[in-house]
Amino acid sequence: MSAEPRQSDFTGKARIALDDPKLRANFRRAMDGLMAKRGAQFADPVEWAALRARGIAARAGSLARLPELLEQLERRCAENGIQVHWAETTQEANAIVLDILQAAGARRVIKGKSMVSEEMHLNAHLNAHGIATMESDLGEYIIQLAGEAPSHIVMPCIHKNKAEVAALFADRIPGQPYTEDVDQLTAAARRALRGAFASADAGISGVNFAVAETGTLVLIENEGNGRLSTTLPPLHIAVTGIEKVLERLDDLPPLLSLLSRSATGQPITTYVNMITKPRQPGELDGPTAVHLVLLDNGRSRVYCDPELRDTLRCIRCAACMNHCPVYTRVGGHTYTFTYPGPIGKILTPQIEGLDCAGEQPHASSLCGACAEVCPVGIPIPQLLVRLRQEAVSPTSTAVKGGGTGGSLMETLIWRATTLMFTSPRLYGAGSRLMGWFGHLAPAWLPGLDRWTRTRSKPKFAAKSLHRLAKERGYPDA
Amino acid sequence: MNRDVPEWPEAVYFFGTCLVDLFFPEAGLAGMELLKSQGIRVIFPPDQSCCGQPARNNGRPDEARAVARQQIKSFPKAIPIVVPSGSCAGMMREHYPELFVGQPDEAQARAFSARVYELTWFLVHVCRMRLTDHGRPVKVAFHASCHSRREMGVHEEPRQLLRALANVTLLDLQRPAECCGFGGTFSVKQPDISGAMVRDKVADVTAAGADELLSGDCGCLMNIAGAMDKAGSPVRARHIAEFLLERSHEC
Repeated sequence: MSAEPRQSDFTGKARIALDDPKLRANFRRAMDGLMAKRGAQFADPVEWAALRARGIAARAGSLARLPELLEQLERRCAENGIQVHWAETTQEANAIVLDILQAAGARRVIKGKSMVSEEMHLNAHLNAHGIATMESDLGEYIIQLAGEAPSHIVMPCIHKNKAEVAALFADRIPGQPYTEDVDQLTAAARRALRGAFASADAGISGVNFAVAETGTLVLIENEGNGRLSTTLPPLHIAVTGIEKVLERLDDLPPLLSLLSRSATGQPITTYVNMITKPRQPGELDGPTAVHLVLLDNGRSRVYCDPELRDTLRCIRCAACMNHCPVYTRVGGHTYTFTYPGPIGKILTPQIEGLDCAGEQPHASSLCGACAEVCPVGIPIPQLLVRLRQEAVSPTSTAVKGGGTGGSLMETLIWRATTLMFTSPRLYGAGSRLMGWFGHLAPAWLPGLDRWTRTRSKPKFAAKSLHRLAKERGYPDA
Repeated sequence: MNRDVPEWPEAVYFFGTCLVDLFFPEAGLAGMELLKSQGIRVIFPPDQSCCGQPARNNGRPDEARAVARQQIKSFPKAIPIVVPSGSCAGMMREHYPELFVGQPDEAQARAFSARVYELTWFLVHVCRMRLTDHGRPVKVAFHASCHSRREMGVHEEPRQLLRALANVTLLDLQRPAECCGFGGTFSVKQPDISGAMVRDKVADVTAAGADELLSGDCGCLMNIAGAMDKAGSPVRARHIAEFLLERSHEC
C-alpha cells in the first residue's frame, strides 16, 4: 500500500508543472471548454440564483441535521437490505471493504468512479491483498493504465491529450495499434472493460447523494459503467463520505441539475442510478448483496466548526477548479492529495492537517472565481483566510495541525506594520523615508527578489498622497 | 451593482489607500480632482493609512482590526468615504462587518462600512458624471480587479465612463474576469504561479492591441505594469482616474 506523503510540497510541484508547456496547454484548453459549457447552462442569472438558493438550502439543511440523518439513513438502508458500515479512518474503511470481499471469496473487482476510494487508496490496499481492481470509468481506466492519480475530480485524466492516450494504449493494451482516433481508442477500452464487467466478483462505486428519507444511493454518470459496476456483479460495495447525506428525495432534483450543469455543462447526465435495495426474490438482475461504507476521515471535526462546516456542502462538481486561475496553470497533481483545486485547498488541510498541507491555503490570490460559480455557495476565499488564521493562531485547536503560532519572523513583521499603520506620525515618517531611500533597495533583496523575477521594482513616490493633498490645499477635516 | 444610491453629498472623505499613497499618489490626486470637478468638497483626513486587508488576508485578524480602527477613527463624520480601489473598498465594505463581529465597536464598524464607495461607482451613480473628451484617439483596455468585480460588483461602471469618451476605443480582453495574479502577499508567497498569471494577462493586453491599460486598482496595476515594463512592453498602464482627468482637460 502506498504511503500518503506527509508534505504536499505544493510550491515545488507547481514550479515543475509551470515549466511543462504541454501540461499547461492541456489544462488551459480543457478548462476553457468546461467554463464555456457551464456558462451556457447558467446564462440566465435569475434562474441560476434561484436554483442555487435551493441547492444551498438542501445541502446546508441536511448538514445542520447530519448526525440524526446519518442514523436515519442507516435505519432505512437496513430496512431495505443494504448493510451499513461506519469507518472513522481510511484504514478502517479499507479493512471493511477487504473483509466483505474476502468473506464473499471475491478476487476480481470492477470499480465505478469514486473519489472517496481514491482518498482511501483502496486499489493499492486491495491489490496488496491479492484482489485485482479494474477502473471502469474511461478516465480512471486511462490513469490506472498509466499508474497515475486523478488530476481532476470529474475528469480524472484531463491532464492528458489525445496523443498521450494513444501512446499509452499502444504501449499497455496488447495488440492495440497507435491511433489518435477517439472512437477507436474508446472501442479499445470498451473491449477491455466488457470482459472485466462480466467476470468481476464484486463492483465498488462511490455515491453522489445518500437520501436519508428513503435509504437511496444516488450515482450519476455518463458512460454506463457505474450502472454495470453496480448491477452486473453479485456484490456491490458503495463507499462515501458521511457528508453526502440528503434529508429528502425532494432535495435531489435541484442538486442533480446544479451538479451536472456545473460539472460538464449537461442539463442532466446520461445515467442517473438510484439504488435502494439488493436483488429481490423473483428479480432477474442486480447484486444479491449491497453494502454502504460511510467514511469519516476527519469530516466530523470539520462538521464541529460552524464556519468550516460549509466545506462539507460540496457536491464535487469541480466548477471551482475549472474556474481557478491557479489550478488551470498548475494542474491537479500539484496538490498531491486526493482533492485538488480550491475545494482541495480548504478540504485537504482540514483532513490531512495544516502541518502537512499548510501552504495550500496560501496558494490563492483570493480572486473569488471559485465562490462565484460554486453551486452550493461555499465561501471558499473566506475559508481560505480562516485556515490561514488557524495556522498562525497560537491557541486554536479547531483544525488538525493548526494553532502553532506561525513563524516568529512573520509575527514580528505584522506587529511592525500594524504599529506603523496605527500611528500617523510613524506612518508619515516611514513614508518620507521610503520616498527618499526606497529606490536604494536592491532588486535581489529577499522578498523583493520574488517580485522582481517577473516584474520591475516598484518605485516609491517622491511625495506621498498625504503631502500632495496638503500642498493642493485639500481640507483635512 | 445593486446598491442604494446616496443623495448628492456636499462633501466626501477620500481614503487614498496605502498603495496609492506610497507608490501612485498621482492616481489618488486625480480621483480627488475628479470629485472636486463635480462640485464636491473633498476631505483628506491625514491620520488615514491602510485598510488592513494585508493583515486580514494573512490570517492576522487582531492586527487587521487595529489598523481598521485607525481608519474608523479618522473618518468620523456621516459622509461618504470614496476609495480609488475596489479591493480596499471591498475590504472596508464587505470584511469590516465580519471582522468586528462580537467586538464592542461592531456598530461603529458597520456604520463605517455602509459609507464606503468605490470611486468609479460613485462617479457614475452619485455624480452622474458627464465627460467631454479632449484627448487624441487612443485604444485602451480595462482590467477590473477581482475584488472590485466580485466584492464591490463594480466592473461595468469604469467601462461606462470610458465608453463616454469620444476618442477612446475600449478594447475587449480575451479573459477579462481572470485574476492578474497579484493577490497581495500571494505574489511573493507563490512567485512562480503569480508570475505565470501576470505574464498571461500581459499577453492578453498585448494581443488586444491596446495603447494603454487602465484599472481601478493600483495593486493590479503595480503587478501588470511591472511585468509589462520588465518585458519591455510599450503599453502604458495607469489608474483610470488619471486617464479620465487627463481626457477631460482642454488641451
